[in-house]
Amino acid sequence: MTKAKTLLRLEGISKDFYGTSVLKDVSFTLEKGQILGLVGENGAGKTTLMRILFGMPVIAETGGYSGRILLDGDVVQFSNPFDALDMGIGMVHQEFSLIPGFTTTENIMLNREIKRPGIAVELFGERLSVLERATMRMRSEKAVQRLGVRIDPDMLISEMPVGHKQFTEIAREIDRENVRILVLDEPTAVLTETEADILLAALKKLAAEGISIIFISHRLHEVMQICDRIVTLRDGTVVKDVEAAGHTVRDIASWMVGRDMGAVHAAQRRTVADIEAFRVEHLWVDMPGETVKDVSFSVRDGEIFGIGGLAGQGKLGIPNGIMGLFPSGGHALLHGKELPMGDPKSVLDAGMAFVSEDRRGVGLLLDESLDWNIAFTAMQVKGQFLKPVLGGLFSLRDEKAMRSLAEEYIRKLEIKCTSCKQPAKELSGGNQQKVCLSKAFALTPKLLFVSEPTRGIDVGAKKLVLDTLRGYNQDFGTTIVMVSSELEELRSICDRVAIVDEGRIAGILDPDADLAEFGLLMAGQGGSR
Amino acid sequence: MTDESLKGRFIEAVRDFGWPRIIIFIFVVLLFVAAPFVGVSVSASISDVLNRFGQNAIMVLALVPMMQAGAGLNFGLPVGIIAGLLGATLAVQFGLAGWFGFIASVALCLPFAIGFGWLYGRLLNKVKGEEMTIAMYVGFAVVTFMSILWIILPYTSPNMVWGYAGTGLRTTITLDGYWTRILNDFLAVRIGQFFIFPTGVLLFYALAALVMYLFMRSRTGTAITAVGSNPDFARAGGVSSDRMRTISVVVSTIYGAVGILVYQQSFGFIQMYNAPLYMAMPAVAAILLGGASVNKASLVNVMVGTFLFQSILTMTPSVINSVLQTDMSEVIRILVSNGMIIYALTRKTKVTK
Repeated sequence: MTKAKTLLRLEGISKDFYGTSVLKDVSFTLEKGQILGLVGENGAGKTTLMRILFGMPVIAETGGYSGRILLDGDVVQFSNPFDALDMGIGMVHQEFSLIPGFTTTENIMLNREIKRPGIAVELFGERLSVLERATMRMRSEKAVQRLGVRIDPDMLISEMPVGHKQFTEIAREIDRENVRILVLDEPTAVLTETEADILLAALKKLAAEGISIIFISHRLHEVMQICDRIVTLRDGTVVKDVEAAGHTVRDIASWMVGRDMGAVHAAQRRTVADIEAFRVEHLWVDMPGETVKDVSFSVRDGEIFGIGGLAGQGKLGIPNGIMGLFPSGGHALLHGKELPMGDPKSVLDAGMAFVSEDRRGVGLLLDESLDWNIAFTAMQVKGQFLKPVLGGLFSLRDEKAMRSLAEEYIRKLEIKCTSCKQPAKELSGGNQQKVCLSKAFALTPKLLFVSEPTRGIDVGAKKLVLDTLRGYNQDFGTTIVMVSSELEELRSICDRVAIVDEGRIAGILDPDADLAEFGLLMAGQGGSR
Repeated sequence: MTDESLKGRFIEAVRDFGWPRIIIFIFVVLLFVAAPFVGVSVSASISDVLNRFGQNAIMVLALVPMMQAGAGLNFGLPVGIIAGLLGATLAVQFGLAGWFGFIASVALCLPFAIGFGWLYGRLLNKVKGEEMTIAMYVGFAVVTFMSILWIILPYTSPNMVWGYAGTGLRTTITLDGYWTRILNDFLAVRIGQFFIFPTGVLLFYALAALVMYLFMRSRTGTAITAVGSNPDFARAGGVSSDRMRTISVVVSTIYGAVGILVYQQSFGFIQMYNAPLYMAMPAVAAILLGGASVNKASLVNVMVGTFLFQSILTMTPSVINSVLQTDMSEVIRILVSNGMIIYALTRKTKVTK
């Protein structure tokens, strides 16, 4: 490894957001023409790392980073993405940054249009020059060809299949003459298998031409297929930096999810009677970004059933679909009784409750007081907290009963607030979550869906929330289905954990199963597929 | 130190009440102070303000349920007013007078209000996010359409139809001999030469406000408030937001219909044709002046707002005109009402999302 060949070197990169450490002392090098795979769970810091590299303003706005980035041996610090572009770093984002009403050519050549001066330029300046459309077309065709695909240069982006959009975006990056490093963030997530194969081949071709590539993906087999080196991130640190050759997908999967074994307490094995409480058959849910394709599972009475998986694979769609918040189909049976799809009221009537992952959007009435938040659903679904007036002619809100209910939960769950009349928006994330739980508990459900209960709350509050769930399950025998991105959390309280991948259940494991097994299921490498 | 905290508390109280209200309030007080000096009777003015309060307050009250449901300001109040006009003209047509006539007009307007409100609510559910714009055009459309019907409908009462043609309703129909000032004069107390306390109409307002208060505290009313605060929350709680919004529009339309009947009996005339168009803006301005935001309104907002707004309307013509020797009243009225609406709409984002 001679120094001349090293194109990019990261040295001790650290970054924190408001005191929460996201990256800790990350270092690795990228050589010319090398493909480097960057893998890790959600929240491992991949995206933040790439944002730092690309000079995204959000980094500077949140206090910058520490450590050094060396490009060709010189220290660089980009204050905005344009600097990064000038230095030859191209980035293909997870979200498409294309203009839908423009053609392929126009998008590829955007802001690098080839211009021909005319009389108007002499008179009014550069802005009125004419576009050399024919040359632009040729340039864009050439860029697309380098990828080994065929896309009509005059097709509008809005009329393209997603795969073509992805190729257009890559073509735009490689059309720059000086591009040296290409960063691809989950480029294959939206592609079909054939398209993904073409893309991977194209990337190999680009690497052979001397462009270095950083490839971020959770599809580990793809990473294994094309990468020369693999860097595994976990909780903001590099846990492994190895040559791809000689390692298996299984190795990487276990590095990705594995933590210090000391910190893991797999849920104590309990014997749950084999009585079926809840069954889902061939569920599909059309929830944007969390599509569920075909999910079937069965939950035993009184158990805590975990559903895990990476973001965007559909785990969140399962509770939202069953509760009728998004269009869905298939069958869901609670104690053998069929639940209607797409009707929240009857699902709640049947004895289900749901704590949404979207705490502020769905979970709370932010402008209303805590007692409203906690008692509202019980009032609407069960007709509680109403007192009859004029001999039952009509009934009014029983503010006193609502208040005592709220006070009871504030005491039980240690919700920190000034009083039950405080608006929910003034509470911290953890306390808001407890309010959401109280709301669900107030329904005394037979089955409780909890979605991402610890998202965005601090460690202490996490433990309290999990303990509360577990305690509630033990005290009342309530069946709980918990959906979470945090595998550790699922393993610590669930009796069984299902992993969702690409809208399907990839497998169901015991919480004390080998970590690598979980990793493999998440990476779409389960034995069943 | 106590001085400091007192000052802090004062500033806090001022902020709670809101600067616009304080400024208008001071303005109203100044008008009352200035009145005797320009030869305007204070007692007659106060009596006037109370009359106008009772006359208009129910239409302001009509805005509350829709605002609470998140359906915005009911610029389509004319829909309810049309229902009220139908009730009143039908009662006159049937020759019903006195208390019986007024009660009959209320009873007759209700089915129209419920029907119109339901249709109007369904329409507003289809244009979520644009309710206020659409509502305004619904108002225009309904009023124009009814203008045609007022001519065609087979009314025959000589009190209402054009004298020379014998068909078609007049632009203003007197209620003399029917139920003019029937609420205003009920239990009215005369103090001194000019001051008359309109007990009946204020009692009627109190009754309407009480019914609204009870409605908003019922299960349905609670659901309406939740829908306005966070529709997704309400949906996850098994509440149909469309249904709740429709109910709120129906209630608003009923209050609009009853509101115009109260207005008419106080005013002494039924105003037909384009008149309903001019009723929504003052009501909207009043409730916003009372401190309501587009998505939150309370009965206190209605009280304070109507009182302040009607005070300005009453006092500016008499006082300012006497001072300036020119007709400024209309200008000030338009400035205050439209200025208030703009002010409130720009502060729309205050609700946490």
